[in-house]
Parts: sequence; structure tokens; C-alpha cells
Amino acid sequence: MIAIIDYGAGNMKSLQFALNRKGLECCVTTEKKQILNSTAMILPGVGAFQDAMTTLKQKDLINTIKDETTKGKPLLGICLGMQLFYETSEEDGEWEGFGLLKGKVSRINYTVKVPHIGWNTLHMQRSSSICQNIPNNAFVYYVHSYAVKEYAYNSLVASTAYGGTIPAIVQQDHIIGMQFHPEKSGNVGLQLLANFGEMIS
Amino acid sequence: MLAKRIIPCLDVAGGRVVKGKKFKNIQDVADPVKLAKRYNQAGADELVFYDITASNEGRDIFLDVVESVAAEIAIPFTVGGGIRTLEDIHRVLRAGADKVSLNSAAITNPSLIKESALKFGSQCIVLSIDAKQTEQYKWDVYLNGGRKHAKLDAVEWAKQGEALGAGEIVINAIHTDGEQLGYDLNLIHLIASSVSIPIVASGGAGSINDFLEVLKPGLADAALAASVFHYNDIPIPQLKKHLYNKGIEIRSERI
Repeated sequence: MIAIIDYGAGNMKSLQFALNRKGLECCVTTEKKQILNSTAMILPGVGAFQDAMTTLKQKDLINTIKDETTKGKPLLGICLGMQLFYETSEEDGEWEGFGLLKGKVSRINYTVKVPHIGWNTLHMQRSSSICQNIPNNAFVYYVHSYAVKEYAYNSLVASTAYGGTIPAIVQQDHIIGMQFHPEKSGNVGLQLLANFGEMIS
Repeated sequence: MLAKRIIPCLDVAGGRVVKGKKFKNIQDVADPVKLAKRYNQAGADELVFYDITASNEGRDIFLDVVESVAAEIAIPFTVGGGIRTLEDIHRVLRAGADKVSLNSAAITNPSLIKESALKFGSQCIVLSIDAKQTEQYKWDVYLNGGRKHAKLDAVEWAKQGEALGAGEIVINAIHTDGEQLGYDLNLIHLIASSVSIPIVASGGAGSINDFLEVLKPGLADAALAASVFHYNDIPIPQLKKHLYNKGIEIRSERI
């Protein structure tokens, strides 16, 4: 059972439906016990960085998620969920994230329309099982105004071009981040979720 | 590079997809969930559902449709029609929609755009403008499904919508709707060059060439149509292939 961690983010129904369609069981939860008993965790997207961190703190889930990750449980962060992995964010102030990965979150360059909304490509930077059966330059659906910068280069699996290089898929061992919404990215997105499902032992 | 989007639009009444001409002569077309699945498979980049019933019962049936659609497709979709309050928006987003489209309610209560953009994020607030040409280079806004003159200039309203926090604008040209003689390129160009948020062109698509024209640089970021897709006059895979061959950035699914 995959635990989708509910921190008050918007549309989680689409993610549940998408996982179910790939035969992956999931539940939406804030219960510690359910997270401890889960086989993998997903931090979904949509919302503001500060709100998300505050809610997770209030529900006392940050250490639970970190501890489970340290023990080797697969963790997928989607959109804002991925950004929460990093040390800090400049979204409406200066906020501390989980610090699971090195890097910070800042606004997309002012040279392009923000938010970055729509179908954009995945440029593969290195091979990873998470991208199995995904062709180079496949299109996925993005909706975001902030992006990860100053990240560890060896964590970059795929990027996209929008006012500079934006990390699209990052990975450090069993921690995976996707800046786009796989649950809204057609068959490509469903395949990526299935690949994440394969990481669950 | 961001791909241009092809968006089939489904008008839903009493749980069924219907279609009219110039907002009149409504006819039954199909089951919305079945049609949504077909479009998803055909490579549509996004879908739009308009609830064109007014009753409360109709509203609940419509929310069921939204949820059934979310269960079947994995592409973004927008819901509009009869959305008046923050609670209405919350309900459709919870049912599985990604964006909401505001039209008449935003005209009578512009603060709805601002409040909803702050609460749910600009990315999910779409301002839908029904415009009709009144002079050679002048377009007025209409509300209540094109029945009532709003005494608003379409370009000014688009600018105001952007300033209030709308993340995208759909321009429905009433005078070209259902005529299949092409989009109103003058109107689209004027609005696209007046705001810096994405523009979705609607009303008038009849041929593949109409899509090619409206997606050229300086015009629309997405093209919306109903009849030509519902009756399969223009199959989406063929349309996208043609646009791609003509140098338009288009999403393809090679998986």
C-alpha cells in the first residue's frame, strides 16, 4: 500500500485514480501508523511551500517521513512535493524544507511566462529504472512557478528547458522527485508511476 | 519548448454531451465519459467541460460526471458553467478537475477571480470570455451564455482578468461559434498581444487549416473546438500530425 501524504493539497483524486489504473494500491493519509505500514510514500503537489511545511509540522509527520526514507522506503515527490525535499525555498519568503536533497527552490526566470503551464519535454540526462520505457523528449504536464536550483548534478535524471534548465526528474537512491504531474501526463505519466511501483520491494 | 494544445470542449446537460450553433439549437451528441476517453486516447492535450444545465439536480449529475471523467483520463481538464462561489470551485476541484473556468459570475463579481486565484492558485483559474464583434475593431463581452450584453470591452476585460489573477483566458467568439469558418484571428491577436497569460481560442473551427492559422506565433497557445471533434470531421491524430509537419510544437505520445 502506497501512502499518499495528505497535507491539504488540491486534487489528489487524479493521483489515486492513476495509481489504481496501474494496479498500485494506495491510500490518502495523515496517520503515522499508516505511513509506517506503507510500502512507499508519495508527497503530492499543488499548494504553497510554507503552507505545506507548516501542515506537515503540525501533523508531526516530517520526522516520520524522513526516518522511513532513511530506512530505505521509496519516496516520490510530485511538483511541490519534490520541492519539499530540498534545503530551502524562496517562495514568499525564506523557508526550510526537509533537507533530504541538496539544493534550493527559487522562482523560474522572469524571461518567460510564469507559471510554467502545459506540456513540455523530458530531456534524459542519465539512465535510471524510473525512466524505463520512456522515450527521450517525451511530453509531460507541468504546472509550477518555482523550480529547484543549486542541486547536486548527479541527482539529475531528466530536465526540461523553460527560461533555463529546469530539473524535471531527480533521484538519489530511492528518493525520486518529479517536477511535473505524472498523474496528468497521459500514458507517459502512467508509465512513470508504474516504474515507481517497480521500486517497491 | 511548450507545446501548443488541442482541446476538445464538451457541453454537458443532464449528464449528456450536447451541441448547439451560435449558442442555440442544442442537440444530444454522446456520453461524456465515453467521449472523454476517446479524446484522451486520440491525443487531446486537455479537455473542457461546460455544465450548461442550471438546476441543482443537474449540478449534482454534472459533479458525478466530473468524477467519472477523472477516473478514466490522465490529462488535465477544466470545468466551467454555473460556477459562482469559492465553494463551487472547491467542489469541482475536489471531484477531480484541474482548473475552473469563470464566465458570467466573474463579470458580475470580479473579486471572485482574485479570491479564487489567491485560494487555489492562478494556475487553476481560467477566465472565459464570450465576445461578439460590434464594430470593425471592437468586440463586446456577453454573459449568460451569450444572451446578455455586459457593456464591457473584450480586450479591457481580458487585461482586467489577468490583473485580478486569472492564469489563462479562453476567448469564445459568439459570432463565429458553430459556423466552422475559422477562428476570429483579429480578436485573438488583439487579446494575445494585450496580456501575457496563455490564450485559448474558441469558436469557429471548421478545417485543419483553421487550427494551423490560430496557433501561429502571436496568436493562441491552445485551440478549442467541439463539433469537428464530436462528429470526427477532424480526427485529432491527423490534426496533430499536420500541425507538427507545419512546424507547430505539438505533443506526441510515443509510448
